Amino acid sequence: MVDVPINTAHLGPTIKPKTGRDAWIMRAFIVVIGLYLVITLAFPLYAMLSKSFNTYAFDLSRYEIQVNTGTGWGDPITVEDLNEAVKKYKPEDLKTSSDGRLPIVEMIDGFSFRSKTLYRLRNTTKGSAYLVGSERITDTQWHEYTSNEFRRVFLKPVVATGLDNFVQYFSNPSLFNSIYNSLFIAIVSMVITITLAFTFAYAMARSKMRFKGAFKVIAMAPILVPSLLPGIALVYLFGNQGMLKVLMGDQTIYGPIGIIAGSVFFTFPHAMIIIQTSLSISDARLYEASDALGASKIKTFFTVTLPGARYGLISAAFVVFNLVITDFGLPKVIGGQFNVLAVDIYKQVIGQQNFEMGAVVSVVLLIPAMFAFAIDRIVQKKQVSTLTARSVPYEPKVNRRFDNIMFTYSAVVAGLIVTVLAVCQFAALIKFWPYDLTLSLVNYDFDVMDGGGWGSFTNSIKLGFMVAFIGTVVVFVGAYMVEKVPAFGLGRSAFQFLAMLPMAIPGMVLGLAYIFFFNDPANPLNGIYGTMAILVICSITHFYTVSHLTALTALKQMDKEFESVSASLKQPFYKLFTRVTVPVCLPAILDISIYLFVNAMTTVSALIFLYSPDTTLASVAMLNMDDAGDIAPAAAMGMMIFYANSIARIIHHFASKGLYTKTQAWRTR
Amino acid sequence: MGDTTPFLKIRNLTKMFGTFTALKDISLNVNEGEFICFLGPSGCGKTTFLRAIAGLDIQTAGTIEQAGKDISPLPPSERDFGIVFQSYALFPNLTVNRNIAYGLENAGKSKKAIKARVAELLEMVGLSDQGDKYPAQLSGGQQQRIALARALATSPGLLLLDEPLSALDAKVRTFLRHEIKDLQAKLGITTVMVTHDQEEALTMADRIVVMDHGTIEQVGTPLEIYREPATLFVADFIGEMNQLPATAVNNTSTKVGDIELVCNEHTIAQGQSGILTIRPEDVVPHGKGARSPGAKDPIKTPQNTFDVTIKEMEFLGSFWRASLTSKKLHDHELIADFSINAVSRMALKEGGTIKVELPEQALRFYAADN
Ligand SMILES: Nc1ncnc2c1ncn2[C@@H]1O[C@H](COP(=O)(O)OP(=O)(O)OP(=O)(O)O)[C@@H](O)[C@H]1O
Ligand SMILES: [Mg+2]
Repeated sequence: MVDVPINTAHLGPTIKPKTGRDAWIMRAFIVVIGLYLVITLAFPLYAMLSKSFNTYAFDLSRYEIQVNTGTGWGDPITVEDLNEAVKKYKPEDLKTSSDGRLPIVEMIDGFSFRSKTLYRLRNTTKGSAYLVGSERITDTQWHEYTSNEFRRVFLKPVVATGLDNFVQYFSNPSLFNSIYNSLFIAIVSMVITITLAFTFAYAMARSKMRFKGAFKVIAMAPILVPSLLPGIALVYLFGNQGMLKVLMGDQTIYGPIGIIAGSVFFTFPHAMIIIQTSLSISDARLYEASDALGASKIKTFFTVTLPGARYGLISAAFVVFNLVITDFGLPKVIGGQFNVLAVDIYKQVIGQQNFEMGAVVSVVLLIPAMFAFAIDRIVQKKQVSTLTARSVPYEPKVNRRFDNIMFTYSAVVAGLIVTVLAVCQFAALIKFWPYDLTLSLVNYDFDVMDGGGWGSFTNSIKLGFMVAFIGTVVVFVGAYMVEKVPAFGLGRSAFQFLAMLPMAIPGMVLGLAYIFFFNDPANPLNGIYGTMAILVICSITHFYTVSHLTALTALKQMDKEFESVSASLKQPFYKLFTRVTVPVCLPAILDISIYLFVNAMTTVSALIFLYSPDTTLASVAMLNMDDAGDIAPAAAMGMMIFYANSIARIIHHFASKGLYTKTQAWRTR
Repeated sequence: MGDTTPFLKIRNLTKMFGTFTALKDISLNVNEGEFICFLGPSGCGKTTFLRAIAGLDIQTAGTIEQAGKDISPLPPSERDFGIVFQSYALFPNLTVNRNIAYGLENAGKSKKAIKARVAELLEMVGLSDQGDKYPAQLSGGQQQRIALARALATSPGLLLLDEPLSALDAKVRTFLRHEIKDLQAKLGITTVMVTHDQEEALTMADRIVVMDHGTIEQVGTPLEIYREPATLFVADFIGEMNQLPATAVNNTSTKVGDIELVCNEHTIAQGQSGILTIRPEDVVPHGKGARSPGAKDPIKTPQNTFDVTIKEMEFLGSFWRASLTSKKLHDHELIADFSINAVSRMALKEGGTIKVELPEQALRFYAADN
């Protein structure tokens, strides 16, 4: 293994491999799907970033004014001098946002729109502008106005690049306090969820308790509902008129307690799956060795189990952290006065129309999200490398006492999850909690409420199907090309980076970035703004990473020489793709589609900025109905999402099972 | 074959992985119809070489001509070869029939012609009744033969095999060695096979290419490689070999311990040290009973004949392996293989003393490996 570069001078010329037709086609696919990600991810993020550094201010020195009070035109003076003379605006008054407008007449002493005074105004430099009514004047000519016209003249701000927005953000405690709040709920939720999920996963992997299958199904249920659903259940249980309000003492559920409780609910399955995987791959031989050495169960736990699962634990911890800190729906519903970053973005954008500040909060939220994402990736890589094919799966032995404890624990956890869902379903069927407890379906009359009615439910289903179908095709084809294309190193790395990026981008941030990018009139893609298309695109991009990784894992399990064999037999790659790759990867393809469907049905954060009156969605309708005080209908809609997702899951289950039976002949020996 | 141009003409092939040089300036000719084996230790670059020939990992520099045409930059799909991998890479979801037919489709052949060709190929590899099974339902050896049939389906001009037998157990392996060799001879297809199993190479190849550290150590027929190893590496890698530290006396003589031995001509300067080699079966015992009754027992090189003590004897089935020592050899151990007859006639046993001769033409002297 001599690692000395040989003297290449005497070698013949370097061979430049000819790129075959297949390779060209594959590269073209990578470029096209890569471009899709650039346009739907990189460009919008860039637009958002640059927005956060844009500051707007009125520059009065860029305008000249001339007044004629009936005695002929006075000398032209700059508006800056005018302001100086009347001492109207202080410098800080001149800071504004992108659609700020400054009434010029405020600087004219004793202005009356009935007076006969005439005014002339001009831009002294190109690039400044003022409005007359809705007409925008950008030339540098003099324009003459009557007093009546002049009262409708407004100056427009000029844009500059700088850190002003950030300075403003960090000098405003009511804004930057949210950073502490967000970190606080994310960390506390993380600790609680990991503890609960680990114990649950431990029970599943290491005990012989009964009803494991049922527990597992129940534990996965929170994935099927939007994150704000537990918030609604908590309001019913512990809210101002809650059934169990007494248990709260002098505490309130509207705030950190509610957010943390709800976050634990909706992050539980995510953590449980990751930890269970890491527990199930740890090697049984270690346990046997530990047993043989006479180690106690507790000692085995601390010397074998915990270290074996450490990567899973760390990974799960950061996934939970990320889910909580980027979640919007839950704190919106139950956060009360407790501000968190994700809700701040919403408030800045929707409440105050301050897009620049929304962008600033987004950038702030990006930092912890990116950090958590990076740690998760590093740890995931490590975990893969510790997995050996020779590890023997652990087979637990019966231990009455231990099994009983684990059963009790799992039953309590499963019971709590069922309770949350049951409360929502119950609330949906009660006419008017807590005054009229008769059962009725009035709360399902969505059409008479805010949020878009039943149409939003059908829209969501439509969205789910479109995202699942188009997304699966795009993701799987992209993953295949990038995994199998010969050479093309740079293109592959660039694509891999783009494919991993979405996981690090919170939904709110992506949604806001889409406003900046797609709502820009100068963007030729402006037309998709407000349509179903942008919702589909945003959802696919938002959930790209996990789908991509699922596809890659499946593709990597295929013999890497299939392509070589096919090429040697002079067959085009797409024949191999359709005849072998897709059929063999079909289980993974089904997994990707159900993942995309369920997530498109439940997401709020990515789409809250992007829906239009024609494209209202069930999850967003839930939020809007809750906002309008229609909590019971919100619960009803949440349960509709739950049922739709459950049906999708059941179909997926039977499709996978059928597929397995059908293909068993070639899958197993 | 004579002076016809070679079927594969490989010149100055170099393959770099980053700064690591996997193949260094390799040149090789392969004649039409020849069975060539690349043999060498793990990591020496055999697979890399094969993949360069296939166009799967194109070389950094150097050229490859196949049938007179420069194919150096071409992707696999534009070359003419069939390939079998160690994993076989059979398509798991296609039946055996469809695996074999894979390369025959969309080549303008009728369904009937394809069916006939598949049947012919299945017959050829002796698996006519297995066509409707899936690969997972076949044994390893059967899968291997299906992979071979698939590679041969399009009648390529060149067959490439990367350790095709290494995943099989010993018995099947021996059987398939002959199967493949016979098939190759019958079809007359030029074949390059990668192996790290010397027995496989020695039994199957027309010529063996011994490789080490990305270079070719020797190219030759199995007999040449075995009898006349060009380098100490080859001598050591193939078969059993005694290696005695020695010093050059002149260009046909070396000194081991206190004994000066006449050997094959070498080029090592006088006084330089090196390694003197001899195969265990080439060590000739002398004395009463050493030859069959009545046969002569001539000592050809008296100078190379000396007394040794039998330190150990081990029965290896068809012969005995003895380890011999001698004060004069400075206690360097010498391994010798004696026939069962000789051992019983001479009544050899551990602790005994005999006279042995190291024949001149069996002794080769090499510069020490560095
Ligand atoms: N894609 C690659 N990138 C970097 N190094 C490589 C790559 N492929 C092979 N190598 C290196 O080149 C050398 C030769 O590898 P090659 O696979 O040709 O060995 P081999 O002789 O076939 O060995 P084996 O008998 O183990 O199959 C090895 O040191 C290997 O690590
Ligand atoms: Mg190899």
